[in-house]
Amino acid sequence: MSFRIIVFAKQVPDTTEVKVDQIKGTLIRDGVKSIMNPEDKNALETALQLKDKYGAKVTVITMGPPSAEAILRESYAMGADEAVLITDPIYAGADTWVTSMILARAAQMIGFDLITGRQAIDGDTAQVGIEIAEHLKIPVIAYAVDLKIEGEKVIVTRELDSTYEVISAKLPCLVTCTKELNKPRYMRVGNIFGCFEKPITIINNSILKFDKNEVGLVGSPTKVRRTFTKGPKEQGTIFNGSADEAAEMILSKLKAEKLISQQ
Amino acid sequence: MDYLLTREQLLARELFREFAEKEVKPLAQKVDEEEYFPTETVKKMAEIGMMGIPFPKEVGGAGGDYLTYIIAVEEIAKYCATTAIIFSAHTSLCCYPIYTWGTEHQKEKYLKPLLRGERLGAFALTEPNAGSDAGNQQTTAKLVGDYYILNGSKIFITNGGKADAFIVFAMTDKSKGTKGISAFIVEKGFEGFKVGKPEIKLGIRGSSTTELIFEDCKVPKENLLGSEGMGFKIALQTLDGGRIGVGAQALGIAEGAIAEVLKYVKERRQFSKPIGSFQGIQWYIADMITKTEAAKLLVYNAALKKDRGVLTSADAAMAKKFASDVAMEVTTQAVQIFGGYGYTKDYPVERMMRDAKITQIYEGTNEVQKMVIASHYIK
Repeated sequence: MSFRIIVFAKQVPDTTEVKVDQIKGTLIRDGVKSIMNPEDKNALETALQLKDKYGAKVTVITMGPPSAEAILRESYAMGADEAVLITDPIYAGADTWVTSMILARAAQMIGFDLITGRQAIDGDTAQVGIEIAEHLKIPVIAYAVDLKIEGEKVIVTRELDSTYEVISAKLPCLVTCTKELNKPRYMRVGNIFGCFEKPITIINNSILKFDKNEVGLVGSPTKVRRTFTKGPKEQGTIFNGSADEAAEMILSKLKAEKLISQQ
Repeated sequence: MDYLLTREQLLARELFREFAEKEVKPLAQKVDEEEYFPTETVKKMAEIGMMGIPFPKEVGGAGGDYLTYIIAVEEIAKYCATTAIIFSAHTSLCCYPIYTWGTEHQKEKYLKPLLRGERLGAFALTEPNAGSDAGNQQTTAKLVGDYYILNGSKIFITNGGKADAFIVFAMTDKSKGTKGISAFIVEKGFEGFKVGKPEIKLGIRGSSTTELIFEDCKVPKENLLGSEGMGFKIALQTLDGGRIGVGAQALGIAEGAIAEVLKYVKERRQFSKPIGSFQGIQWYIADMITKTEAAKLLVYNAALKKDRGVLTSADAAMAKKFASDVAMEVTTQAVQIFGGYGYTKDYPVERMMRDAKITQIYEGTNEVQKMVIASHYIK
C-alpha cells in the first residue's frame, strides 16, 4: 500500500478581517469570510511535496460544521487525493482535548504513515496536533522547517528560539509545521473544475462511537473563565540623553523595580 | 452578480484574486515604467493552469468555461492591463482558432503546449493598410510544392516579440476578395519570418507589440488552418471571442480604478473632512460604480452566451464597446478625483487611464463595433 499522509485542517474566520466586540471581548464572526487556516496550507503543501517527490496518498481531514466542506474542496483544488469531514452536532463545543481524541480515532480508522498539521489562527493553542500524537501513541515533532523521508524514518529540522535541531523519528509519526516550511501552492484551475464532483467522506458519531458525555462541550475539561481584549499599552517614558546616561537610567529603573538584583 | 456564477467559477475567482494580488500587483508599476514583459508572471500563470482555461482537459486545457476565463482576465486587469492582454491575446486569439478549426495534428503539435503555457500565442491580422478594413489584406500566400510562401508584413501584433506560435492571415486568392483570405499557423523560427520593431506605446507598455515581416516565409502546407479561403471567417469569429476578452480587460481596469478611488477618498482630507464625505465626490463615485456594474453585465452576458453557443457578433461588440468606454470614463474621473496626485506616478490611476485608452481602439475600434452592432440589427 502506498505511503499515506493525513493532513488535519481547520476552517477559521479570516482573522485579518475579524473585529473584536469591545464589550463582550469575543470575536465578531458575523459577515467574516471563512478560510482554510493559513498554516494548515503549509501542512498540506508539505504533504503534497512529499507526494510529488515520493508518491503518496494525501487525505485532508477537517472537523466542523457541514460548511467546512469549502476547505475540503479547496484542498482538492490544491491537489489532495481524498477529503474527510468529521461532523456531528454532539461534537460542538469540543476543546482541544476532546477534538484531538475525535481526530485521533478517525485517523486510526483511515490509516496513515505520517500526519501533518499546525495551530489554528482562531484559538491559536497549538495543542491539538501534540494531543493527537499522544492519543495515538506515536512520536511527534513540532515546529518543522524541513522534512524528508528516509526509509522508515522521517528526518525533521525543527526551529527553536535561536537554534535548529535535526531529529529523526520512526514512522508513523506526527509533524507540526511552521509557515517557514514552505510556500503553499495555489489551487490549480484544472483541479477546480471537477473538485465539486469528488466525494467527501462524512464521519459522524455513528461511526466513531463515542459516548455522548465524552465529547462536545460536556466532555471538554477546559472551562473558559473569561475572555477579554488586552487594553492598549501605557505610554512609555521617553528619556533623552547620551547612551551612557540612558544605560544608567535603565539600570537604576530596573533595580528600583527589583527586576534585577541590587549588586 | 455572484448569483450568475457556479461554485467552480466562484472558487476560481478566489484563486485569480489571490494570484493577482500576490503575483501581478507587485510588478504592475515596473511593467509600465520599464516596458517590462512579465515573463515570470506568465510562467506562474502556466503553472496554475491559467493559459488554457476554457478548453477541455483532453486537449491540455483546464476544463473550464469562457466565463471563468473572462473572470480571470478581469481580475488580472484590476492590477495590470498589460498582463491581462498578454494572457487574453494568447487564449482568445491564438488557442481558440486552433482549437476550433485545427486538425488533430495541429492540436497535438501547437495547441497542447500553448494550453499548458509552455508556448505563447499571438494573432496577426492587422497590416499597415488593413486596419478597420481588415479585408484588404496585402500579405500573400502562394502554394509551392509542400509549402505556402508568405510575403508581406503585419503591424501592432500583441505578444509579437515573445510568442512562439502565430495565427497569420494572408491572401491565397486575391480575385476572391475576403473569400480569398486564408489562415496559417506560423512558428517563431520559420525561414523567412522576422519580428520587426516593437512599438513604444501610451499604455499597456509592457506588452510586446511588434511588426512581423514575411519574406518568402516557408510555411508547411499542413499549417493551413481550416481550408483555403476560410481565413476571414476564422478572423471574425475569433475576434468575437477576443472582444469579450478586451471587454473584461476594460472592466478590470475600471474596477481597479474604483478600488483606488474608494481608498483615496477616505484617506484624503480637505476642508477638515475626508473628501469622500462631499456629495460632489459621492455623485461621481455612484456613477462610476453604476456604469461599471452595467459593463460587467454586458461582458458576462457575452461570455455566458459564448458558453451556450448562442453568441452573436453584436453581443461581443456591445460588451467591448460599452466596457471600454466606461473604463476610459471611469479612469479619467479617477484621475480627476485624485487631483494633482492623480496626475503623478505616485498613484496608479494615471497608468490605468493610459491603459484604458487602448481598449477603445484594439480588437476593432469602437467605431467598428458600432458598425458590427448596427449591421446585426439592420438587415
